Amino acid sequence: MLRSKRRAWLTFIALGVMLAVLPFVVDFGLGRSWVRIMDLALLYVMLALGLNIVVGYAGLLDLGYIAFYAVGAYCYALLSSPQFGLHLPFWAVLPIGAAVAGLFGVLLGAPTLRLRGDYLAIVTLGFGEIIRIFLNNLNAPVNITNGPQGINQIDPVSLMGVSLGKSHELFGISLSSPHQYYYLFLVLTLLVVFVSMRLQNSRIGRAWAAIREDEVAAEAMGINVRNIKLLAFAMGATFGGLAGGLFAGFQGFISPESFNLMESIMILCMIVLGGMGNIPGVILGALLLTVLPEALRYTGDMQRAWLGHVVVDPSDLRMLLFGMALILVMLFRPAGLLPSRQRKRELVAEDEIAAQEQASVYDARH
Amino acid sequence: MDIFVQQLINGLVLGSVYALVALGYTMVYGILELINFAHGEVTMVGAMVALTVISALVGSGVQLPGMVIALLGLLAAIPACMALGFTIERLAYRPLRNAPRLAPLITAIGVSIVLQNLAMLIWGRQYITFPPILPQGRHQLLGATITDIQVAILGTSVVLMLGLTLLVKKTRLGRAMRATAQSPQIAGLMGVNANTVISLTFVMGSGLAAVAGVMVSAYYGLAHYYMGFLLGLKAFSAAVLGGIGNIGGAVLGGLLLGVIESLGAGYIGDLTGGFLGSNYQDVFAFFVLILVLLFRPSGLLGERVGERA
Repeated sequence: MLRSKRRAWLTFIALGVMLAVLPFVVDFGLGRSWVRIMDLALLYVMLALGLNIVVGYAGLLDLGYIAFYAVGAYCYALLSSPQFGLHLPFWAVLPIGAAVAGLFGVLLGAPTLRLRGDYLAIVTLGFGEIIRIFLNNLNAPVNITNGPQGINQIDPVSLMGVSLGKSHELFGISLSSPHQYYYLFLVLTLLVVFVSMRLQNSRIGRAWAAIREDEVAAEAMGINVRNIKLLAFAMGATFGGLAGGLFAGFQGFISPESFNLMESIMILCMIVLGGMGNIPGVILGALLLTVLPEALRYTGDMQRAWLGHVVVDPSDLRMLLFGMALILVMLFRPAGLLPSRQRKRELVAEDEIAAQEQASVYDARH
Repeated sequence: MDIFVQQLINGLVLGSVYALVALGYTMVYGILELINFAHGEVTMVGAMVALTVISALVGSGVQLPGMVIALLGLLAAIPACMALGFTIERLAYRPLRNAPRLAPLITAIGVSIVLQNLAMLIWGRQYITFPPILPQGRHQLLGATITDIQVAILGTSVVLMLGLTLLVKKTRLGRAMRATAQSPQIAGLMGVNANTVISLTFVMGSGLAAVAGVMVSAYYGLAHYYMGFLLGLKAFSAAVLGGIGNIGGAVLGGLLLGVIESLGAGYIGDLTGGFLGSNYQDVFAFFVLILVLLFRPSGLLGERVGERA
């Protein structure tokens, strides 16, 4: 007992140290741009965990999730940029963005409670597109979002008077801007992971699972399906809004193009590929699908090494390989890379039942 | 009034293209309950193949009437898309038939990305123009203009839709398709080979998509490796609007969506007092879609599915 506890602590500490020094290792080994990619990967982990609440826990297929990311990002951008001349502090803007996104989640959830499966998917998809089109066109007659040009010069995240947009010295170590964002995002990601874990095993989490498996039975058990579904939408949207605000501060520039349908689909791919409903799986999926397209940029070098010259432009090739990877992973691991234990059991159980049925059919014939 | 009729005609032409693509979505969904995300890309491949053949024929200087050249392009595109649809089903969907429901959705997205990027590698990033070989005649109808191409699109669509309806309602294959849609297992017991039926469904849907792709590129005079995405999205919305899985619903949904879109583009400015311009036409389309689904959660012609059927 004591030993396993000690081992768990040691694992935690080792993991913590690893996560803390990772940006320096990456910076040293692959270059500064990869630290930025890690920052983005952490944002996607937050997004994927948020969508995982809606799709993985509650089983509501949402294809417009990026809209909440957009709402969070635009809230941040409008409240701390020269656009309206407002420069509210980070700790005020981030919760506002998350709350407004949560409100939009309820706004989307409330009318769609009766819809099931693919009908819900298309309505959420439409909702996402509507938000994007509005962001794209709200520059006339009153200029709010600055239209397709997007919003520039967004204030960088600033904590206790320290702007994360500039380099700082800490204990004699120079921390660049991406490094500082990495630590901020890491802390917030861990927070989101923690909340996700606690939610999954809570009364609400079990209610979500019940609704996912059988809505009628869940209602018969006394679960308030309406409120619990709305809560799933609101929670997921809040996480999305949080990540969106961070994205705006990190990037310094946002435009509607960052929030198109393909992004929603990518986040869905992350959670399905990683293993829906399973937190380590979702994290793995998010990391993999952020890093893979970037890593595939190096296919040009590989071609030069193997074939002597670049046959196909790597920027043309990388999405092709990415699509193939999606197909292959799903073909070989249909439940995702790290499926949740329950899902794995279900799949195996189905095989067993199928085998039994086969056997009985066989018996009947002979 | 003239503008109204004009927008109505434009909307019906656009809508009949949507309907043809939507039929592919709805037939596959009716049988497999799978959103075939790659279907829009099949349409794009159809357009690209046809344009390649047409450009080659025009470039080689063969003396043939424009309509014949376009028809030859179409005849090349249809089998190419059919083969593509067959292959996609075999490689990406069939192995996952008993997998969790979202798994084939992800492979469908993967196929869609692969096809888009393959098309980009083969045909390049630039727009490909449709050679001006088709008759450019214009006719007056109730104070509006209708072009020869529009007439051809409407006529072809009507013929194809009637043909498909007959096939599904009257032939052995159609009966097998309907049976498989209701229950693959029971259909199997009745001697229907579900795999063959599913393959044929994909082949037919892809054939229709090829025709739609050629019509769209002829109508706008352009084709592009990215054109399948939006077209597929609109067509899928149309299928859902009509009630996905329902063939009549796909046609109705497609035509409605087309008309709503073009009327929306024409009138949205007047309706909102100039606040919203025609760049909101997609908002209008999606808004109507959402509104319809709120009051009829399974589409216009969709059957009312009981709680957990």
